[in-house]
Amino acid sequence: MNRLARREMMGAVMFGLTGLCTLVTISSLFFVLGYLVWHGIGSINLDFFTQLPKPPGEVGGGMANAIAGSAEIIFLATLIGLPVGLLAGVYLSEYGGQKFSFVVRYATDLLNGVPSIVVGIFAYALVVVSLGHFSILAGAVALSVIFIPIAVTTTEQFLRDVPDSFREAALALGAPKWKAIATTVVPAAFSALATGMLLAVARIAGETAPLLFTSFSNQFWNLSPNQPAASLPVMIFTYAISPYRDWHRQAWAAGLVLLALVLFINVSARLLLPRRVFR
Amino acid sequence: MTAATKSQSSAVKRDTIEPAQTPRKLSVSHLNFFYGAHQTLFDISLDIEANRITALIGPSGCGKSTFLRVLNRMNETVKGSRAEGSVLLDQENIFDLNVTLLRRRVGMVFQKANPFPKSIFNNVAYGLRINGLCSRAELPDAVENSLRRAALWDEVKDQLRKSAHALSGGQQQRLCIARALAVNPEVLLLDEPSSALDPIATSKIEELLFELKKSCTIIIVTHNMQQAARISDRTGFFLLGHLVEINDTAAMFRNPTRKETEDYITGRFG
Repeated sequence: MNRLARREMMGAVMFGLTGLCTLVTISSLFFVLGYLVWHGIGSINLDFFTQLPKPPGEVGGGMANAIAGSAEIIFLATLIGLPVGLLAGVYLSEYGGQKFSFVVRYATDLLNGVPSIVVGIFAYALVVVSLGHFSILAGAVALSVIFIPIAVTTTEQFLRDVPDSFREAALALGAPKWKAIATTVVPAAFSALATGMLLAVARIAGETAPLLFTSFSNQFWNLSPNQPAASLPVMIFTYAISPYRDWHRQAWAAGLVLLALVLFINVSARLLLPRRVFR
Repeated sequence: MTAATKSQSSAVKRDTIEPAQTPRKLSVSHLNFFYGAHQTLFDISLDIEANRITALIGPSGCGKSTFLRVLNRMNETVKGSRAEGSVLLDQENIFDLNVTLLRRRVGMVFQKANPFPKSIFNNVAYGLRINGLCSRAELPDAVENSLRRAALWDEVKDQLRKSAHALSGGQQQRLCIARALAVNPEVLLLDEPSSALDPIATSKIEELLFELKKSCTIIIVTHNMQQAARISDRTGFFLLGHLVEINDTAAMFRNPTRKETEDYITGRFG
């Protein structure tokens, strides 16, 4: 075999390998999605969204309380995490000195890497132990700890992408620094920031481990932040390891609903992003 | 009247005006400027006369832009920068003034047009709003007035709600001038405002500056010596952080007193 043929063959092999791995990557998503639809779609009906869970042994029922519980936990976690993450990101991008910013950024990355079950233990010690019982609030605190580093990192990144010429223009018109940030820098990055925050919401929506011993679970309705509540990820976990066939079906359905929700948030975040392009 | 005849007539006028007759707006004395340990301006002393156009020329890196940015203290946004000496604005040292108040009095237009990603209206209204300079009801008139002063009104009056980024480069730069004028600055600093524009857009901006000097004092940094000769009353020549020479523009270009100035304006370097 001559050299040219060998080179061409090598090229074809590399092309094939990279293509194959790309295929594996995207097909994982479609495989998961397809598998969930296959098992879960049959159990999705109006009852699933409107009924409370039935006791073991009884067929039917739904996860209305878990859907509401998840929504409330995610909402509260965002309420805590978004302002903290946003303002810390603004600080890093606009005010922080080099050394201090480096330390904070590094700490943020470490926090991002903390296993979510450890975050759960932290929230347990902080909220559950001091209140004496499980609660939605405890779950929200746990999820906000996961939310914050993502929000900080994306905020800093997107604000750094805002050209300095906007800051200079505002300062040259007599704007104090905080006003320049609030009226030009942040609005210029607004859709990018919204995207970042939505991705963070999508990320915490699927977290299970931090909720296991914080918001715990509940067979009944609860919207009080001071009481435990069911949530979709914890329901999936509980139902999937149960010995009941009907619960398994419900777990598949819950998985499908959760994934659809996360995909929906992700896709809308992507649609928001390219609207405004910096010059 | 075309721009050419205008500049000729003003050149004639220029010869008849004694520089000492106009009041001093800015008075810079013994100004040194440093970025960290690196000194970029050396012992600059000069006076800027009110309602005149002063052009600052010199090769790249000579410190003319740095000097301009000292005048509204924009250089302070760079960490580790430091100024020595004094700059008097109407007898008050600018380093003693509140920096945001100073910048309201000394406006700036940048080399690259930098309109905010907002509508045309909101760009011009920005300075008025953040400084609380006029009521909501007065805002439309104030915006129109500024756009008229920047000779942009007729081109944009039907599209005030459109994004400023939809305008052409020359229009964007005039919008930036309108934005700066809205807060009624006493001094307007322009840092190579037409270096990225074509000749037609450039001549529009130059005509505009002629009009504007009636109401404010203008300092313009330019790379373009023809531009300095066309529009300015006084010209200062910077080289390596030193002010080599400053004089009436006509005298400066006709017979410079310093060898370096002559070499530069006759194109022997830079």
